[in-house]
Parts: sequence; structure tokens; C-alpha cells
Amino acid sequence: MASDTIDIASILKSDFEKILSAWLRVQAREGIKRTDIISAEETAKQSRDLLSAIARAAEDARVDREFDFGNPAWDGVRQTLGEISKNRTERGVSPTEMAWFVSSLKQAFFTPLRELLSEEPSKLVEQITDATRVVDNFALHAFDCYVQEREAIIERQQSEMTEVSAPVVKIWDRIVTVPLLGTLDSFRAQTVMENLLQAIVEREAEVAIIDITGVSTVDTMVAQHLLKTAAAVRLMGAECVISGISPKIAQTIVHLGVELPNVVTRVDLQSGLAYAFERIGVSTRLNGL
Amino acid sequence: MNDETWTISLRKPADVAHARKIAMQALDAAGASAIVKTRFVTAVSEIARNAIVHASSGVMVIGMGRLNGNRSIIARCEDRGPGIVDTNAALKDGFSTGRGMGLGLGGSKRLVDRFELETRVGEGTTVVLETRLR
Repeated sequence: MASDTIDIASILKSDFEKILSAWLRVQAREGIKRTDIISAEETAKQSRDLLSAIARAAEDARVDREFDFGNPAWDGVRQTLGEISKNRTERGVSPTEMAWFVSSLKQAFFTPLRELLSEEPSKLVEQITDATRVVDNFALHAFDCYVQEREAIIERQQSEMTEVSAPVVKIWDRIVTVPLLGTLDSFRAQTVMENLLQAIVEREAEVAIIDITGVSTVDTMVAQHLLKTAAAVRLMGAECVISGISPKIAQTIVHLGVELPNVVTRVDLQSGLAYAFERIGVSTRLNGL
Repeated sequence: MNDETWTISLRKPADVAHARKIAMQALDAAGASAIVKTRFVTAVSEIARNAIVHASSGVMVIGMGRLNGNRSIIARCEDRGPGIVDTNAALKDGFSTGRGMGLGLGGSKRLVDRFELETRVGEGTTVVLETRLR
């Protein structure tokens, strides 16, 4: 083979199996073959898929200093990297292991390049530089996919938490309550409102108590959400009570300049409930009195 | 006095919650009273959200300082948004260019001991909040 046609595209054509087994050996040597979560067969298959995609793309696209990962010819490689990243993220592979998985391909490329270009050091340096840049681009893409996949997992968990954290409870005949916890962002506020309005219909409730004891900060956005929910509850013919307004929250609301017109507020859930009992005509008394 | 500062990037709504948490931790560590904590954290929440809503992103730096000889907490929020054209109007209750209540800026000012607003139209806005720990 003429030395000026030697690059990673040519060695992938002539020495595919050799490069693949060299890559798998490097992975094993660097200790990144997590046989506990990814079997040797899977690793071998993923490595083969990726290397085949690279070999296919390298037939059409440049792998020298004109290498451009944005070229559509590399779409297949990007897709394969994305699939492998997704698979590995879900299985709990660490970021280091993910990065090494792709980066270790470099060493597998260097060996045949060294053998073929041993007589021409300057060409060898050039080819090693180009191969490094190409593989680094793959590794960075794999890492981007990995992070995106992680973020998607976090988002999924967040929305799952939103669903479970707004349970509307029928606390008494014609009285429903929703205890709010943590942060009340726009999305959660919407979920709370929907759940509460639905419960008012289903439980034929006349009073709805929103308990904010567990909400750490009541700023203008939270206040606005509460007011909107209260207004919607009133439109449905029920009365809305906001309970759990502690002294510090009360002071803060006043300083903010927020007014809560037409909304009954109480310091805690107990007094909120007492008010609701009064509204629906239930009398309470302590035993023995 | 410690020189530790915390930097929070504000890009998405969840970052507002993060800013509140950092402010709360700093105040807890400094031994602030419950009311000081609630007031300051609420102001931080308003200002951090403003940066995201109006400037789409910003950076908040929280640290400890001194105000009139007393230990204090400072939050400085900087964005490169459109700036505020009329600061007097913006500070007035009920004024809003968005869909909020129009109380965040003026309300925050009332919640802290020192409030500074620096803005240049087209360049961005910086808000400084400072409150004595006791």
C-alpha cells in the first residue's frame, strides 16, 4: 500500500477485524469493560456496530484535517453513538467509563498506523493527529448524548414527583384538602389546580382547603397561583380556604404587597378544618364538655 | 467573617429553587433568625425569577458581608437582558411587563435592608439585595 493513501479509512478497510479485536483488548486492559452491567457479548456487539458505522462513513467523508463531524455522512456514527450512550446510561455506566469506551479506540488505530508508517515519521505524526481529532469528536458526541440522556431521566423523575406530590384527600363529607409540599412552580400549580377542581366535582365538595404548611417560600408567583386556584374553586361554587400561613409567611406576604381578597386564610390545617365544619354545618365538641 | 461565595446560574425555573436553597443554607450556617431567612429567601426568589423571565438567563452570587457594622448576607443578580426602561414604574406595585402580579421588584425592596438596582437598556440589569443577619 502506498504510504500516502494510508489513513484510518484505509486501515478500517484492510484491517477491520484486527482493529476491532485490538480495541476490545484495550477496553479490557483499561478496566472499562463492565461485565457486571454490560456483558462481554454486548460490548463486542456495540464496538462492532460503532466501528462498522465509522468504516462506512469514512468511505465517503474526509478523515484528514478537513474532517467535519457535521457532514451528513457521519449521521450513522452519530446515531450509533446515541444508541450506545442511551443503553449505557440506563444501565448506570459512569461518565468516565463512557468516555473511555470511545477514546480507547484511538489506541486501536495507532498500532496499525505505526506498523504501516514506521518508515515515515512525519506522515505517522500527521495520521495520529488526524485520528486523534476524529476519535475525540466521537467521544465528545458520546458524552453529549450521555448528559442529554441523564437530563431526560431527571426530567422524567421530576414530572413523576409532581404527579405524586399533589394528592387531593377527602377529609370529611363535602370537604377536600390538598397538602402542598416543597416548591410550587407553574407546572405543579397547574397539576394541583386540575386535581383539586376534579376532586370538587367527584366528591361534591363545598369547601376546599389548600394547606401550604409544607411550602417553604411564598413569593409573588406562588401567591398568584394560589389566588388563581382559589378563584377557580369559587367559580365552581365551592369555598376555598388556604391554611398553614405561618407568622413569617404572613409578614413576608404583607411586605411583598400581595393581597388575598375573597380568600379565607387560617394559620394551620386544624383551624382551616374548623372553619370548613362551620361552613357546612358540622358542629364539633370535645368529649366530656 | 468568611469569604465563601456561592454562584448560581439561572437558566430554567428549577434554578430559582436552587438559588433559594443556597440562600437558605447560607443563612442557616450564619445563624439567621426565621423571619430574616424567610424574607431574604423570598426576595432572592423574586429577583432570580425576574432574571429568567425577563432576560432568559442570569447569574446570582451569594455571599456574606457587613452592613452598618453588622454581619449581613448579600445576593447579587446580574443579567444581560433588555434592561429596565423606567425603573420608577418597574418598582411601583402592580406594574408588570410580563404576566406576573407586578409586585416582585418593589416587594423585594421592602423585604431587604439594602436594595440596589442598576440597569442599562439593551445591556442588562444588576440587582443587589442585602440584609443584616439580626
